[in-house]
Amino acid sequence: MILFRLKRTIKLGVKSLTRHMLRSVLTMLGMVFGVGAVVAMLAVGEGASYESQERIKRLGSLKIIINSVKLSADEESSDKTNFTAIYGLKYTDAEIIQSTLPQADVILRMRSVRKDVFYRNRQMNSNIISTVPWYPGVTNQKLEKGRFFTSIDMRSKLPVCVIGAAVEKRLFPCEESLRKQVVFEGNAFSVIGVLESAGSESDPEETKELTDVNSAILIPLTTSLERFGDIRMERKTGSFTREQVELHRIIVKVKRVEDVVKASDVISGVLAKTHTSKDYEIIVPLEMLEEIRRSARMFSMVLGMIAAISLLVGGIGIMNIMLASVTERTREIGIRRALGAKKRDIIIQFLSETMVLSLVGGVLGLGLGIGMPMLIEMFTDMKIIFTAWSLILSFSISAVVGLVFGLYPAWRAAGMDPIEALRHE
Amino acid sequence: MTIIEISQLHKTYSLAKGAIQVNALAGIDLQLERGEYIAIMGPSGSGKSTLLNVLGCLDRPTQGRYLLDGADVAQLDDNALSDVRSKKLGFIFQSYNLLPQLTVLENIEVPLYYQGRSEKESRIKALELAEAVGLADRIRHKPTELSGGQQQRVAVARALVNDPVLILADEPTGNLDSKTGLEILDIMDRLHSGGKTLVVVTHDDGIAGRAKRIIQLRDGLIESDTRN
Repeated sequence: MILFRLKRTIKLGVKSLTRHMLRSVLTMLGMVFGVGAVVAMLAVGEGASYESQERIKRLGSLKIIINSVKLSADEESSDKTNFTAIYGLKYTDAEIIQSTLPQADVILRMRSVRKDVFYRNRQMNSNIISTVPWYPGVTNQKLEKGRFFTSIDMRSKLPVCVIGAAVEKRLFPCEESLRKQVVFEGNAFSVIGVLESAGSESDPEETKELTDVNSAILIPLTTSLERFGDIRMERKTGSFTREQVELHRIIVKVKRVEDVVKASDVISGVLAKTHTSKDYEIIVPLEMLEEIRRSARMFSMVLGMIAAISLLVGGIGIMNIMLASVTERTREIGIRRALGAKKRDIIIQFLSETMVLSLVGGVLGLGLGIGMPMLIEMFTDMKIIFTAWSLILSFSISAVVGLVFGLYPAWRAAGMDPIEALRHE
Repeated sequence: MTIIEISQLHKTYSLAKGAIQVNALAGIDLQLERGEYIAIMGPSGSGKSTLLNVLGCLDRPTQGRYLLDGADVAQLDDNALSDVRSKKLGFIFQSYNLLPQLTVLENIEVPLYYQGRSEKESRIKALELAEAVGLADRIRHKPTELSGGQQQRVAVARALVNDPVLILADEPTGNLDSKTGLEILDIMDRLHSGGKTLVVVTHDDGIAGRAKRIIQLRDGLIESDTRN
């Protein structure tokens, strides 16, 4: 019965609205754009947040990265007579971490030194990364061809190397690189593998690692230690620095996401004990991920708020028109009251008109809010993600707006004195 | 059987924030039997409209008793008065007061809608009445597509659709030329002979001549009550 009545009430509302088609459509537009803006903004925000999360995930949410940091001149604990700056992570640090962190899956040690590399008459300045055999597994780095060095290479301290894609391009532009010998620091290393090109991402945190890998040469840590030692010398115009760094980077990979924060606390505790000065930094991608999630949520919320303001404006537009409509239809109200309509009936009548306006506007707005971002996605490389809750949210907001902004005009209509209303011209 | 029983009915309006009191009705006593056809007359300001509004349950008297169809309606609240209007009264206005967005048939149905009758039932009843006032071929038209006389006939049909115990008409021929006015008066005569109770407010002697009882008001009081 009530449902039946509702259907007739809505029919009545639609009839009254279609009487002033243009006006109704214009009124509805406010709602259409409001809901459309909310849906579109949330989709864009969601897409942006997804993209940045993906970027951090690629860095590895299970990893903890510890870098050596060079101290500023005044806190340097250098051996002045030797002109050598000694700082950074030690081999023993890696061992201590390994023994205090049973939940750590693998621990990756890395050293990097810039050197000039030669192949026949070709030359390039490359980053020599000394590392361990499980490097590809930890960093998700794939090989284009050949193989990575193994524990056997490592133990026998063999002069083998794996080169980055850019190195291969530069030194071996039109010949096979595998089994060739590249020379640096007077040592010949035979190429056993080539890394896959690591894309052209432009994330600042990643660039260091990625561009390094592309134009890097990877050699076993043991080989490096035996042939080059720990001391790195750099000559610049007018100056000359000697540094002694054992490891530039340690990457700890844990098995479960829940262990990341715990492990990073342990590591920072251990390193604080063994290092007198803070010559290292600990980077936890997971924390960055959470940070990004937080800021993405903020971003979405701000976007949503801005869009919600347009919804509010749309709602005010509807209320404005409904108030005008109530005044204009004063006589109709009087007639209906004389024919037996209760105040409640008048309220329902006007409220249902507002609801029809805002809900139809809401549906059209959903269409617009889904269509526009899809078009944008088609023509740009922006990522757009629609979530069910954002669609439901914006549609229910339109319903609430209709209800809230419809109540006052409806209440005004119902409050009219029937006799006065009948006399109204 | 008595349809209306009014005793010592007062209606006082306060103007200028209570500084001036206007007695629109100053103690009216009136009895109306079922099937009566009465005309209420009087100069403007005599209280005709106020009396009609009170009789029509659109307004409450300040003081006095009003029994409509045996029930005291003098001090009912807004909701209850709406109910009384919806179930017991039929209105015919000078300016027809049809709803412009609705068709003839839908206009006739309006009182039934507020009684909560079903769509089907309303339709049948409305069709019956459209036929009775000779507009069966116009049911899909909008009021603006009809002549004044036709519009008033729609209004009459609407006033009858809820089978009211009392039909109130306020200058029903005031906006019509004399020929179409006569048509409406003929319909009202037919209603009277069909047993309906009619109250017409007018200052047209021609109409009053058709009523069986004429009440003259002056300054909120009944000046004369004559039967033809």
